[in-house]
Amino acid sequence: MEIAVISGKGGTGKSSITAAFAALGRQVVLADCDVDAANLYLLFNPSHEEEQVYISGQKAVIDATVCTSCGVCIGYCRFDAITDHEGRVEISETACDGCHLCARVCPEKAIAMVDSDRSRMVAGDFRYGKMVYGRLAPGEENSGKLVNMVRAKAAELSVALLEKGYQPVILLDGPPGIGCPVISTITGVDHVVIVTEPSLSGLHDLQRAATVARGMNRPISVVLNKWDLHPGLSDQITAWCRDQGIGIAGRIPFSEVVVEAMVRGLAVTEYAPGHQVSQAISMIYKLLTGEKG
Amino acid sequence: MLLKSASAKPVSEPALRIAVASGKGGTGKTMVSTNLFYTLLNAQNPASLVDCDAEAPNDLLFFKGEAEGSYEVTQMVPVIDAERCTYCGRCRDYCHYNAIFILSLVPMIRVMEELCHGCGACSVACRYSAITEKEVSLGRVSRMVVSAGYPVIEARMNEGVYSPVPVIKEAIREAGTEGIILLDAPPGTSCSFIQTVSRADYVVLVTEPTPFGLSDLRQSVETLKTIGKPCGVVVNRAGLGHREVYDYLAVEQIPLLMEIPFDRELAAFYARGKVASAESPLWREKFNLLLTNILSHNGNSRHQR
Repeated sequence: MEIAVISGKGGTGKSSITAAFAALGRQVVLADCDVDAANLYLLFNPSHEEEQVYISGQKAVIDATVCTSCGVCIGYCRFDAITDHEGRVEISETACDGCHLCARVCPEKAIAMVDSDRSRMVAGDFRYGKMVYGRLAPGEENSGKLVNMVRAKAAELSVALLEKGYQPVILLDGPPGIGCPVISTITGVDHVVIVTEPSLSGLHDLQRAATVARGMNRPISVVLNKWDLHPGLSDQITAWCRDQGIGIAGRIPFSEVVVEAMVRGLAVTEYAPGHQVSQAISMIYKLLTGEKG
Repeated sequence: MLLKSASAKPVSEPALRIAVASGKGGTGKTMVSTNLFYTLLNAQNPASLVDCDAEAPNDLLFFKGEAEGSYEVTQMVPVIDAERCTYCGRCRDYCHYNAIFILSLVPMIRVMEELCHGCGACSVACRYSAITEKEVSLGRVSRMVVSAGYPVIEARMNEGVYSPVPVIKEAIREAGTEGIILLDAPPGTSCSFIQTVSRADYVVLVTEPTPFGLSDLRQSVETLKTIGKPCGVVVNRAGLGHREVYDYLAVEQIPLLMEIPFDRELAAFYARGKVASAESPLWREKFNLLLTNILSHNGNSRHQR
């Protein structure tokens, strides 16, 4: 069983809740798909069993000794990445999309494509099973493909656990937003959990995330986190979900205990298992996985 | 006063662009940006607010004003003329996004529009004039005026589009070159973040004093160092969490611009789409101080009144 946790809006508590789920599982494969800001390894310190280089794309690099500054490439580039600086043609690394067209059209063959190879995928063991995470180097693109790589590794590790007789749950901690890495995170999963919070922004971003998840025909549940910070908006979100036929898997109250647990490097369900926050999360996890208490 | 001096000069002052960003999502970027915008408005200091979080844009929820129109942001995608196509595969070989799929035996050719980045390489590749291009929508840039001279510009990516970058670039362009331009950046440190902060003169990083917040802050700071952008930090939800973030700022010599304690009233303002400094004199004063701090650290006094 594969469950993806997303949110649309950042900071609603995705990672804290995913970590709390992981600590409740018997054998889980935890995949941190927020490759742009991976955080779960901070709580779980997984062993570093395996590391793979991820080539996120390529960037065009110009050889100034060969370039005649004819400017042909400038006319072809649709990303405004190439400019003429007083007769010297330059390519902006941040603006370059890696399409190769400039390298193909250069009459002097002065442009080469160089791999962007600073991103990594890491896999190892942690105290509740196996863990995989991706770390996208700053400014790099195609995070969706790195998410696919993380998920492929998670699937491979879950097969290994199955062979040992476990029934592993794969938990995917998704990135914020609704773009390419989010789509990669929820593609083909058994269940999408959208974590939201009681604010107009939370509701708006929930609506966008739900549209994306629906477009991919995935079953959706909503978790209303910190619901008591604004009970009125919590009711509004609940009403919206009801209208849309989206189930609310549960509500979690706001508490400082979540941050206290994080500061100690623990999931809240480890740090304070008896706390009402942990109880609420545990009920939600049972509901999602069908595990009996 | 800036308004007068600006109108007295034939050439307007170049804009000061301030990006409000954070590695981690949900630390309070939008709350800080909307309050700074209100502070500038209140001080009659010409300003625009650009919501660059095109995947989850929320700034417009906080202001009432007059919609001043919106327009589509598009990209080109290829259209293949099956009559002319010889299924030679040259366009597929040129495409680095695997957006062209060919089965030469059937024969069949298909463009996967959602994978296309609109680079135009396939058109260059085709020797049989079988490829033309059409525009497809990526999202929308909207402009709303809160009060005369104070626009909020929103970048909104369509659901299902691969990258918010083209819409963000267009929204920043739409903001023009005058006054103080606040850029509410997308979370993270990937391409959409870089596109936003690389256009800024100064970056305000909003963080939380937690292990997750600190880890993401470090990554943002490192990224800003490599592109050479000065930054300062706002610690939000101060009091929840630990002290390590302050040690980090001291070691890195990064100015602490403001501390915002965790406050249920502030959370409630935000929840209802209210700008705290418009509701409460206490918050108005605090955000005024933040603005002063930003302008002094930026070494820029021309925008101060």
